[in-house]
Amino acid sequence: MAKLTIPAQELLRSGHSACPGCAPALAMRLMLKGLGPRTIVSIPACCWTVIDTPYPTTALGVAMLDNPIESTGASISGLRAAADALGIPDVTILGFAGDGGTADIGLQALSGMLERRTNAIYAMYDNEAYMNTGVQRSGATPLGAWTTTTPVGEGSHGKAEPKKDVMGIVLAHHPVYAATVNPSFPEDFVKKVEKARDLSGPRFFHIFAPCPPGWRYPSDQSIEIGKRATDCGVFPLYEVMDGHYHITRKGGALKPVREYFQAQGRFSHLGDADLDRVQAQVTADWNRLVRLESET
Amino acid sequence: MTLQVMSGNSAQSYAAALARVHVIAAYPITPQTTIVEKLADFAASGQLPAQFVKVESEHSALQVCVSASSLGARTYTATSSQGLLLMHELLHWAAGLRTPIVMGVVNRAVAPPWNLGADHTDTMSQRDTGWVQFYAESNQEVLDTVLQAYRLAEDPAVRLPVMVTEDAFYLSHTVEPVEVPAQTEVDAFLPAREARAVLVPGRAARLGSFTGPDHYVEFRHEVAQAMARVPEVFRGVEEDYRSRMHRYHGGAVATYRVDDADAVLVTMGTMSTTARSVVDELRAEGRKVGLAKLRLFRPFPAAEFRELAGLVDRIGVVDRSFTFGAEGPAATEVAAAIYSGPHHPFLTNYMVGLGGREVTPQLVRAIFDRLLGAEGPGTRWMDLPQDAGEVTHG
Repeated sequence: MAKLTIPAQELLRSGHSACPGCAPALAMRLMLKGLGPRTIVSIPACCWTVIDTPYPTTALGVAMLDNPIESTGASISGLRAAADALGIPDVTILGFAGDGGTADIGLQALSGMLERRTNAIYAMYDNEAYMNTGVQRSGATPLGAWTTTTPVGEGSHGKAEPKKDVMGIVLAHHPVYAATVNPSFPEDFVKKVEKARDLSGPRFFHIFAPCPPGWRYPSDQSIEIGKRATDCGVFPLYEVMDGHYHITRKGGALKPVREYFQAQGRFSHLGDADLDRVQAQVTADWNRLVRLESET
Repeated sequence: MTLQVMSGNSAQSYAAALARVHVIAAYPITPQTTIVEKLADFAASGQLPAQFVKVESEHSALQVCVSASSLGARTYTATSSQGLLLMHELLHWAAGLRTPIVMGVVNRAVAPPWNLGADHTDTMSQRDTGWVQFYAESNQEVLDTVLQAYRLAEDPAVRLPVMVTEDAFYLSHTVEPVEVPAQTEVDAFLPAREARAVLVPGRAARLGSFTGPDHYVEFRHEVAQAMARVPEVFRGVEEDYRSRMHRYHGGAVATYRVDDADAVLVTMGTMSTTARSVVDELRAEGRKVGLAKLRLFRPFPAAEFRELAGLVDRIGVVDRSFTFGAEGPAATEVAAAIYSGPHHPFLTNYMVGLGGREVTPQLVRAIFDRLLGAEGPGTRWMDLPQDAGEVTHG
């Protein structure tokens, strides 16, 4: 039997209040396995505000600070500045924010933190909409997805705009390390987190974070949905370090995007023509990524 | 102790440096900018071993201070006007998380129209956020109050953020001699901040959290109680400062020639200097007038005003900002304070100095003339054309 590479220590305890099948909960569990107990995490208004459970309890085995939705980047700059000024040794500063709090309202603070070269990790768990407020579209919601603010009906066909390229925005700041991770591939996830932990400077994770109630699929399907997303190329796993791209999972030929899209109610209104267009875009994006890997 | 000629902004910078702040968050806005510029020089020269965080907005500036303070750092930032308005959300966070941040605010008018002049609308808009607010009259008072503010903010009975304000240009860019205490003197007055072990690496804890109504009320009540303890703690801080540095700025409300006065003006910030000189002129003419300089606005020194109400017949509250649909905010506070006491002198409100309009001795004299004459209650907008009309309510 292969040796497990994932640390056994659990820093997310049972009794948290995530929905069944919540990938953001899995993402935090894996993130903290990789970073270890000497982590201070700053969390804005998002699902994780609630998942951690209300006062006076906490589900995390590490220190946590709440911050308003748009300021996670600034909060981790402040924590890092204090840790350095006070000489607190061997501490990892983590920002853990949703896609709305990162790609939309928190983009300025994220950009500021990256540009300042803050020695901290920023992780965006991307469930592709404002899920904590009940499934409203964000800049990270994919083209065509149903949300409560991109309804499906006459004159509306889900989200009309493509998903914001957050990795592209982050990479334009030249962080020391940036990677995509997916809880469906836990060993790849933790390996990247451990690598990032041992680096110094601004680091970023884009976490794929399926949401059963928001994406409208059964709660026992999150791991399967995540696997399909990566295996069809919708969410490729890669890392960028010192400008070099490295695709960390290549499973041969990409699977058809239909298998991913048709498993989710939020895309159930999309027809063959829609999916053909999505397939063409995903294939083009994948080819671009492969090219970037070979060129860098 | 050395005597140096400096601006109010430099007084802020020197005080923050003397307080040995760990973390400074800096973002420019006129007329605050020279505060963080000087701190940048102090940090760059190695004179001040602080983390100098150059943020991308005032909102982030205060978030940096809130997070750094949550981990135990002594923090400083400064802003003005629009920048303070952008911070508004974080002002609530700073008080709610009980972070003893000290912030310099250069009082400047808010847009539109754009205006850089002295005006208290920016800080008055923040009076309900749980911050202690001091308004300074001189550059010396700026420096002394910033140092006192750290002691007050970090006192275990208080643990609240404090803003120390100064009028745009009249203090921020005007130089005057300022006595600067030696580092050893400041260190003796202001020891290192006591660690507050909530966020500790390796220990499970959450600062902030969320609650239903079962606990939320208790959190708010704790902030209210902390604010209520400020006057007593501040008295001790100011007395200790006086015994060490031999300077005293008169407590929460600094009164001047009020004991046998018929009429007293309540002023804030730099207009107090002008008003004091007018009091002397009128006294020389045999008119019984006095001055009450409102130095501490939050918590509001209600007891001092109830006492003042027992001494005088007429009080005129001079405001440098206006609450649309009501009156000047200081007037509202003074009226509310006096109402619960036994003495109810005649009270009226004068609007002056918005957007940096000069508050001249002639204007103050005109206010005293009206207050001592057949003045009616309400708010008088001074220094407007005769036909501009009164703004009245009720």
